[in-house]
Amino acid sequence: MSTTVLVLVDHEGARVHPTATELLTLARSLADDVRAVWIDEGPTGPDAAARELLGRFGASGVVPVQVTGADPHLTATVVDGLRAVLGAVPASLLLLGSTFEDREVAARLAVLTGGGVVTGATTVVRDGDGRFVAGKEVLAGSWSSRCAITGDLAVVTVKPHSTQAVPVDAPVAAVAAEPVVVEASAAARAVTVVERAPRPASDRPSLADAEVVVVGGRGTNGDFAPLEELADVLGGAVGATRVATDEGWIGHEAQVGQTGVTISPRLYVGAGVSGAVHHRGGMDAAVTVVAVNEDPDAPIFEFADYGIVGDLTEVVPALTQELRRRREARAGS
Amino acid sequence: MRVVVCVKHVPDIQSERRFRADGLLERGGDDDTLNELDEDALEAGLRLVEAHPPAEGDDPHDVVVLTVGPAAAVDALRRGLAMGATTAVHVLDAGVEGSDALATARVLGAAVAALHAESPVDVVVAGMAGLDGLTSLVPAALAAVLDWPQLTLADRIDVDPAARTVEVRRETSTAVETLTAPLPVVVSVTDQAFRARFPAFTGILAARKAPVRVLDLAALGLDPATVGLQGSTTRVLETSERPERPDRVLVTDDGSAALALADYLAQKGFA
Ligand SMILES: Cc1cc2nc3c(=O)[nH]c(=O)nc-3n(C[C@H](O)[C@H](O)[C@H](O)COP(=O)(O)OP(=O)(O)OC[C@H]3O[C@@H](n4cnc5c(N)ncnc54)[C@H](O)[C@@H]3O)c2cc1C
Repeated sequence: MSTTVLVLVDHEGARVHPTATELLTLARSLADDVRAVWIDEGPTGPDAAARELLGRFGASGVVPVQVTGADPHLTATVVDGLRAVLGAVPASLLLLGSTFEDREVAARLAVLTGGGVVTGATTVVRDGDGRFVAGKEVLAGSWSSRCAITGDLAVVTVKPHSTQAVPVDAPVAAVAAEPVVVEASAAARAVTVVERAPRPASDRPSLADAEVVVVGGRGTNGDFAPLEELADVLGGAVGATRVATDEGWIGHEAQVGQTGVTISPRLYVGAGVSGAVHHRGGMDAAVTVVAVNEDPDAPIFEFADYGIVGDLTEVVPALTQELRRRREARAGS
Repeated sequence: MRVVVCVKHVPDIQSERRFRADGLLERGGDDDTLNELDEDALEAGLRLVEAHPPAEGDDPHDVVVLTVGPAAAVDALRRGLAMGATTAVHVLDAGVEGSDALATARVLGAAVAALHAESPVDVVVAGMAGLDGLTSLVPAALAAVLDWPQLTLADRIDVDPAARTVEVRRETSTAVETLTAPLPVVVSVTDQAFRARFPAFTGILAARKAPVRVLDLAALGLDPATVGLQGSTTRVLETSERPERPDRVLVTDDGSAALALADYLAQKGFA
């Protein structure tokens, strides 16, 4: 029996969020039939460029979904759309990102469909019984676990960068299916959006998606400029500890940790960050961890791949300067 | 107004936490505490009722702390009572052990429904995550079980008792929103705005003697097959302590550390 895997595509207008390409790559390793789900304000679905991109990473089709009568960003609305898609396209697995919103969608969908959920997975495989098994890091990165999903529908929220996006050999644009148009449920209509102010766009990659994140803590003493410069040479985003956001040195949306953004970059650089367990819980899936801290006993050194005991006000600018110098030398040669 | 605050008793995050051989988290240690994020939820619940003192002749407000967990979880309820909750309800049943987040939400949902049937509940408040599993699934799952509107990750909550509506402010990954919904609702709160009060000594003493209502699955009319390990739709296959990261480097800066780090980053392909 063939298996169908659905990928919920995160998109802003026509722009596809990069996690979708990773999720599609992962989905391909689990099934031949991979469909992208595109929930939007209208029924037209993604444009040609987006369909090309989705196809390049393995979506054989894309299902445009419109939920009428409720705000399209609300959890209940998204779940109404997904349930309608599942009615039309029986699938055994849904993959989605790992933001708080994604996790709420996963929870609601699973309750209403008898499914099972694993959040924050870094691997998904199929076992001999055909069950989906998700692996993840738990207890602030000190343990790992593998969990089988036994419900009718497996719903897995996947951490960014846990799969490297790889295009298919012979890409074809994803074919748009007949749009699924459904009326919002009472639960979705019950919530009214009084006001929504989108966050201002930044030139830096978003914290959750960035491959490199430079995080500042109390040790920065409020001066994030050197960290921003380092992030810019590395093409990364800037994050912070809760101490730094509580101090008002940087916006709360920059908070990395169990009550902030969960990040899983290829490179994490912590400057003036002690490595408290609450912080670690939001970055334990980082591949390479670098730390600069003047206290040799700081807990962050227990899990840093590369630790420097030193003053960040010296080390960080010197590193930025050196990286810039090398880049210019390469460009000049 | 009647507010139910869902609280969880969790292993202290600073302690040595471990999994048992059967894949369940070891619970019930001396260091287990009320999940810190649920203290913020209780704080939010207390502030809700404090903002609207009952009119003359009205019933007094009731702030219920509700937990699902083993016998030791009563400590979380006592902490909640000490902070100012007026009622404590403990769902205690051997059949609950091993429940995953969704099965737990089913139990909480049945308990809220039972309380609601006795005397209407207006708002259910939950914390943004349990510091043990960190899934953040329960509030949305609970709203789905109850079929009540969900307003999650709030950093401001205002109830309009006359209109019987609630308005919250929340920050999502892409926007700052203000949402409203009719009561009853399920809300969850972030750790940003409801820094929990410290219980007064008299509150701690009174909480020790306060009654705790215990309910089992039968009292909630729950089929044991729908909760616990057998009612869960996930099954832990394996847990293991992660090895330390290999080949760790720790250097003390003598003025050259930045250059050495640049080499390291280049070797890793970042520079
Ligand atoms: C319920 C709850 C949830 C929380 N959630 C989060 C969360 O999501 N994210 C989070 O980050 N925190 C969270 N916290 C807070 C967390 O417990 C820590 O307090 C916080 O992470 C510490 O931040 P810090 O590392 O910036 O500060 P500190 O722990 O004070 O560490 C600062 C470090 O900077 C070093 N330093 C100082 N000056 C210099 C210098 N010139 N050069 C180099 N190093 C220097 C010091 O040696 C020290 O190690 C939470 C706490 C609670 C109770």
